Amino acid sequence: MTRGITIAWLAFLLSVPLWMTDLYVLHVLIVAGIFIIAAMSLNLLLGYTGQLSLGHVAFFGIGAYVSSLVALGFEVHVLPDWAVRLEPKPVWLGMILGTAFAAGCGWVIGRISFKVRGAYFVIVTVSFAEVVRLVALNWVELTQGPMALNNIPALTLGIPGLFEFTFLRKPANYYLVLVVTVVCYVLIRRLVHSRAGRAMIALRENEPLATSVGVDVTRYLVLATVVSAAMAGAAGALYAHYVRIVDPDVFLFIYTVTMVIMVIAGGKGTLAGPIVGGLIFGLLPEVLRGFEIKPEVQWVVYGVLMILVVYFLPQGIVPAVRGWWERRGRAPQAVQEAAP
Amino acid sequence: MEQLLQHGANALILGGTYALLGIGLTLIFGIMRVVNFTHGELYSFGAYMMYAAVMLAGADFFLALVLAVLLGIALGAAIELLLLSRLRGADIDTTMLVMIGAWIALQNAEQLAWTGVAKSIDTPFPATPLVLGPVSISWNRLFVFVVALALIVAAYAVINRTRLGRAMRATFQDRETAALMGVEIGFVHTATFALGSGLAAAAGALLGPVFVVYPTMGDLASLKAFAIVILGGLGSIPGATIGGFILAFMEELGAGYVSSGFRDGMGFLLIILILIVRPTGLFAQKERIG
Repeated sequence: MTRGITIAWLAFLLSVPLWMTDLYVLHVLIVAGIFIIAAMSLNLLLGYTGQLSLGHVAFFGIGAYVSSLVALGFEVHVLPDWAVRLEPKPVWLGMILGTAFAAGCGWVIGRISFKVRGAYFVIVTVSFAEVVRLVALNWVELTQGPMALNNIPALTLGIPGLFEFTFLRKPANYYLVLVVTVVCYVLIRRLVHSRAGRAMIALRENEPLATSVGVDVTRYLVLATVVSAAMAGAAGALYAHYVRIVDPDVFLFIYTVTMVIMVIAGGKGTLAGPIVGGLIFGLLPEVLRGFEIKPEVQWVVYGVLMILVVYFLPQGIVPAVRGWWERRGRAPQAVQEAAP
Repeated sequence: MEQLLQHGANALILGGTYALLGIGLTLIFGIMRVVNFTHGELYSFGAYMMYAAVMLAGADFFLALVLAVLLGIALGAAIELLLLSRLRGADIDTTMLVMIGAWIALQNAEQLAWTGVAKSIDTPFPATPLVLGPVSISWNRLFVFVVALALIVAAYAVINRTRLGRAMRATFQDRETAALMGVEIGFVHTATFALGSGLAAAAGALLGPVFVVYPTMGDLASLKAFAIVILGGLGSIPGATIGGFILAFMEELGAGYVSSGFRDGMGFLLIILILIVRPTGLFAQKERIG
């Protein structure tokens, strides 16, 4: 039954570019998909280990910048007469390096901030994002600063001499994002149902107890941060090679907030939560734009919605709907994911 | 050397307002366990009220300052009663999310009300600076420093010398026992949030005329206040006071000798250094878990 629903959903998602001719709608879906990947990565930290990363956009932006810089090539003067130079490399290599670099940053941040619990991790991640944004803004020689990195090449895959495919058009990018989303979903699913995932949930529920039965808390927190940062970096790399321009505004705090709302509204600590939340809050700005109201009013609505969601659906939409469904006595599915 | 003296004087004067911001935030965190993301909005609210009173209503500069602080206290109390009073006992993430929502809504409402154009506020102070040997200080900044110091002393007096302050300290030490002894926890929370908000609004009202006023000015103020509070140790009021001055010196020296672009980044580098060397901050009393 569950498997049937999954296959039906996948078939539906695969068919979208076949009947959806409006390219703008496809664009909105691609961007929403990229944000869903980022939201899923945030959910791994927030939902399963209970640690709120408010600098998640830093990993996203680092993935975007590193991938673009590798693809474009750069030359930086470390000392006045000693320059480091990188020739342009293929885009797929850039994406891998961007993901790896973001993961490395996740490791460093995790090692530093999990010495202390509670509000510290939140503030360290916020600060980290701000430092990275300032670097992107001020290190003009490398990042072009506010002039942005332009003409970022699109992803090209193929076997040299045989065939080549460039992800330029919207349907191709839609499938690319869909594939990465599904891969990330499966990875997170496997991780949270593994020994490591159970350790993470145990320490979220009761850290002293988890420690007392031998869970190496800091190690699992750092592991979750690294995986989460890598996925956010991959999402950033996808974003960079899709929109093909990256400026320091990708580090704006509001994007982190968007990811947090997606996770909380959808249901933190559930696999489907970030996807549901991501679709709702990814498409909401477009719906609000349809009413032709000022962007400031849009954001006021966004902020108020966030407060209302916390008040009325503190567990999120997915657990609320599932609870409602089970109370109706139908389809008594086993609850596999513990709601926090 | 002369340059160093000038940087030192600038830092000392900036440090006063930073300390105000930090004390307000650490007070709210220590007593309420709320990470207050609206702190920066109260800062910009104070600055805008100053602008409205002086530039639009033509009020007296000093009267406007008092008014801006009182309005900040009122807004803080309103936020606490409307949003936080129902969430007492909720975990720290829940209140943090509500505060983030309130921050986004407030900031954009501000943008809507005042537009994004930066505003400047006229001051009654003479334009020629006070020159003391190699150091020159504008009269306005000197005024800011004196008022900030007076407010810091006043905040200490409220916390250490009044009945309300005693109730606040009792709540900080042990909420349940304080409630059992008859401390009105609800009122202490509202008063704490109002007091912290008033200090943030005062910082904004003082610095607004020195710099310019714009809707997103609160974001950096919030982040700097976080840096100060982590530096001093979450919940430590002396820590926040000294942290404010340390951050100001770091920024001033960083801007003077490294690069002005990284001025605002110094605070964050400082946080990361502190967490590597002494994770609980310089002045934390004890690690509070649970």
